[in-house]
Amino acid sequence: MTSRRRFLQAGGAAVIGGATASLAGCASGPEPRKSLGRVMIIGAGYGGLTAAKYLRMWSGGNIEVMLVDREPTFISCPMSNLVIGGSRTLAEITRSRNKLRDYGVQLLTDEVTAVDHAKKIVKFKARYADMGYDRLIVSPGIDFMYETLPGMKGAEAQSQVLHAWKAGEQTVALRKQLESMPANGVYVLSIPLAPYRCPPGPYERVCQVAHYLKQAKPKARIIVLDANENITSKGPLFRAAWEQLYKGMIEYRPNSEVKDVDVRGKTLKTDFDSIKGDVLNVLPPMRAGDIARSAGLINANNRWCGVDWLSTESTAVPGVHVLGDATLSAPAMPKSGHMANQHGKLAAAAIVEIMNGRQPSQTPVIANTCYSFVSDKEVIHVASVHQYDPKQKTLVTVPGSGGVSASRSAIEGVYGWAWAQNIWGDMLG
Amino acid sequence: MNRKLLPALLPALLPVLLPALLLPLGALAQSADPNVGRMIASNCANCHGTNGVSVGGMPALAGRPRADLLQMMREFRDGKRPATIMHQLAKGYNEAQLEAVSAYLSTQKPN
Repeated sequence: MTSRRRFLQAGGAAVIGGATASLAGCASGPEPRKSLGRVMIIGAGYGGLTAAKYLRMWSGGNIEVMLVDREPTFISCPMSNLVIGGSRTLAEITRSRNKLRDYGVQLLTDEVTAVDHAKKIVKFKARYADMGYDRLIVSPGIDFMYETLPGMKGAEAQSQVLHAWKAGEQTVALRKQLESMPANGVYVLSIPLAPYRCPPGPYERVCQVAHYLKQAKPKARIIVLDANENITSKGPLFRAAWEQLYKGMIEYRPNSEVKDVDVRGKTLKTDFDSIKGDVLNVLPPMRAGDIARSAGLINANNRWCGVDWLSTESTAVPGVHVLGDATLSAPAMPKSGHMANQHGKLAAAAIVEIMNGRQPSQTPVIANTCYSFVSDKEVIHVASVHQYDPKQKTLVTVPGSGGVSASRSAIEGVYGWAWAQNIWGDMLG
Repeated sequence: MNRKLLPALLPALLPVLLPALLLPLGALAQSADPNVGRMIASNCANCHGTNGVSVGGMPALAGRPRADLLQMMREFRDGKRPATIMHQLAKGYNEAQLEAVSAYLSTQKPN
């Protein structure tokens, strides 16, 4: 470990400059190793963090890894609904990424403003000079298509009508809005057409808001405007929880796509209706994060990044890998944090092979597990396993595998929280 | 390939082809990817910790006997062992993959 740390310090001294300069830094270390080159990772969420750690582990420290994010700490989207429900705090879902330094990951805090694919250079907004790389991983998460909701275009509107679909400031702000809501008030959640980040997430949020209101404001009501024709994940289990735990509190309206928002009038508009509420929580339609767009990686419906599921290499730009929610999902593959973690490992394994001059595995297999809290203690899950099918050239679910909980349970509540601790440990060291 | 050429070449090719033909399909995939155990263990890691070293709340898998791990996974797969989720996940892997991940995890250092 000591020699690895020294090696890293040598590499770290050459942070500014191209991959070549850094290679020279490595060579001058006390125990020279043959570096296979540098991988730059944009985005330190579930995908990027996992890719960073596993690239270092699986390359035996022979690939230099730079991980950049505009935020210095990690805040988890999974479990963030519990902060809205009040059973967990933001601090409990916030983690430092500093332990990744022990693995030799070089951590940068800045925003990447541009990628020059021809020169293999990324440009930063504030702190760092242009930086070179040999391969690039973009794990940008999602951004919102506010242009589809005319009333939501301005920053003022966006600060009043929250999404709370990126954990952090808005998570806490939405909780405060619920606390300030009148005792007989109405909370309205709008859900966009799939695909969007975290299919069961909106329905879990309904449960968490209901859990809070049941205790604090039992006369308050919840209206769910779902653009989809039905609950998109774990439907019967969510319906049972709503009926049995929160009877009479939740009104679910399918096929109700919100087309506009009257922020001042606190009203959501569908093609047929205007729905007034005291707290509006709008999940706008989503697409791959901004940096994916400016880097020319979006090539599906102007929203998502196509990838080769053998390697997660972009189908738009060679040598660039895209992970997580930003990708054009394979069939029945959810946009989840768990899945993004798995993408990170698939990418790390493939990149280690590619940078060693070998072919990536032709038989990758990944899995998904998603726990949703229907109260502060009870949980339901959905699970799936995805093996690569060479005929369809994509990852497909294995027939007969996967499934959902038999019923909600407190034991899965324990597992759900343990899942979070273990996956955060898996990503963050 | 030329039809006449094939019978002529077959005796020469047999020693190469025969071992491959005798292997089960899953084992072929395994031989094509030397890291299959490591890859599947990285799927387990999301709940059971990196290389099976759990940080708590979930059973640790690192360093447990290979035969025990394999038996457990087979029982989950066949519905013979009570589970909340593992019976659904175990069905997603073929026998060779279960063997490979059991072998890999058994060699990992427990915490």
